[in-house]
Amino acid sequence: MIRARSRSPEDTRKLAACLAELAQPGDLLLLVGDLGAGKTTFTQGFAAGLDIHEPVTSPTFTLAREYHGRLLLHHLDVFRLEQVSEVLDLGLPELLDSDGVTLIEWGDAIRQALPNDYLEVALTFVDGPINSPDERVVVLSPVGPRWQARSDALAAAIRQWIGEPPC
Amino acid sequence: MTVLDYPEEAPAIVLGIETSCDETAAAVVSGPSDVLSSVISSQVDLHARYGGVVPEIASRAHVELLTPVVAQAVIEAGLSDHEVEAVAATAGPGLIGSLLVGVSAAKSLALAWDVPFVAVNHLEAHLYSSFLEEPDLELPVVVLLVSGGHTLLVLMEAFGRYRLIGQTLDDAAGEAFDKVARFMDLGYPGGPVIDRLAMDGDPEAVTFPRPMYDDGYNFSFSGLKTAVVNHVRTHEDLVVADIAASFQEAVVDVLVYKASKAAEEFGAKGLCLAGGVAANSSLRERLLDACVAAGISGFLPSRSMCTDNAAMVAAAGWQRLQLDGPSPLDTGADPNLALPFIS
Repeated sequence: MIRARSRSPEDTRKLAACLAELAQPGDLLLLVGDLGAGKTTFTQGFAAGLDIHEPVTSPTFTLAREYHGRLLLHHLDVFRLEQVSEVLDLGLPELLDSDGVTLIEWGDAIRQALPNDYLEVALTFVDGPINSPDERVVVLSPVGPRWQARSDALAAAIRQWIGEPPC
Repeated sequence: MTVLDYPEEAPAIVLGIETSCDETAAAVVSGPSDVLSSVISSQVDLHARYGGVVPEIASRAHVELLTPVVAQAVIEAGLSDHEVEAVAATAGPGLIGSLLVGVSAAKSLALAWDVPFVAVNHLEAHLYSSFLEEPDLELPVVVLLVSGGHTLLVLMEAFGRYRLIGQTLDDAAGEAFDKVARFMDLGYPGGPVIDRLAMDGDPEAVTFPRPMYDDGYNFSFSGLKTAVVNHVRTHEDLVVADIAASFQEAVVDVLVYKASKAAEEFGAKGLCLAGGVAANSSLRERLLDACVAAGISGFLPSRSMCTDNAAMVAAAGWQRLQLDGPSPLDTGADPNLALPFIS
């Protein structure tokens, strides 16, 4: 588990872009976090890191969008999916088989339908001082061999965001 | 040429089918704007307890509701099946499972009745919706299309000739309403709930950000949603009506400012609203005020024409038949179908 801290939405975008440098075809990322935690912001930065230049908008309405960059990016929002079968309806196995990277928002709810091989990115608000509304804690948890093999590289890629915040 | 030119030999009576999201709708039009019937069966109650449209539930409900809704639309139009001259259906954008129900039904009916099938872009249907109630609107018009899935500012020069002026870079305006309402446990859908609460609130109680206010014509609502979340998380003794009113004010300020500025800059004869968020009372009032101030005509479709309906699909289908002729029967549904913009 790698714990990092972002000070602003722009910071979250940069961190995500650095992670995207490590992305490989067939990768799966799960984005977990409350409303407003920065899941879309993270995805925008991640897309920029894949050289995707069109606007990355919320997939909430159509559930899935795809973007073309250095790698194909599938961006899914499964917040309203109730059952595992619905995830299959979205063609998730086919997406994971493709040469693209799949990024799922609210992925926590459908974890049981997913292969045990993904990077979980958890974004949380920073409790405590109320004058830091833009700060977020970003926790990366590599699950399964694909991402565990890249643990050190992950930590190195986002080195500047790891460590105690200055007081 | 206006959008209403009408060659006599083309099909006149078009049945339209709309199933892109959570409304099952069918309508019959004659020509470009004469609505003979418009039937809408809303599934909103089915989805309310989930705080949003659940795709699987929506598809199943469309399957159950579509046949009776189509039958009712044909009967209310005072016609029998064999008098329908073409069948139009929304082919996208929308939820793939829901779209497929409508597209498959429309193709089957077209095949069975031996009439043309025409695929309709849901966004184009919304852009055209003002013309069903106001066929003599002078072009070009700027249309502000705001819904749960889309936020677009479009210059419409003719039917089929659209220039993209601006769009959201993250969340749609209606999505921001839904997400704020869900975060505050106000219920679903968020738009009408916040609209109602805001009437008793002070729009100046909290100064929320106006994202990208003076920065071109694109929109961004994700940060505004986060600002509301942050405010609620860090304040006690909140007056919900004040939050609702202040949030709504921020959204409306940005929408009205950019739409009226675009209408002036692009020399539009008028400014139209479209999409579900166009039913918002504050947006309607403020947009009309802005049009009066700018000396252009403003047009607000009735609330039932703003939200998803099949009359706009049938009429846009009629227009597409004039422009392109029928669509092939192997036309598929496309959840991310884009508008054909000219540059």
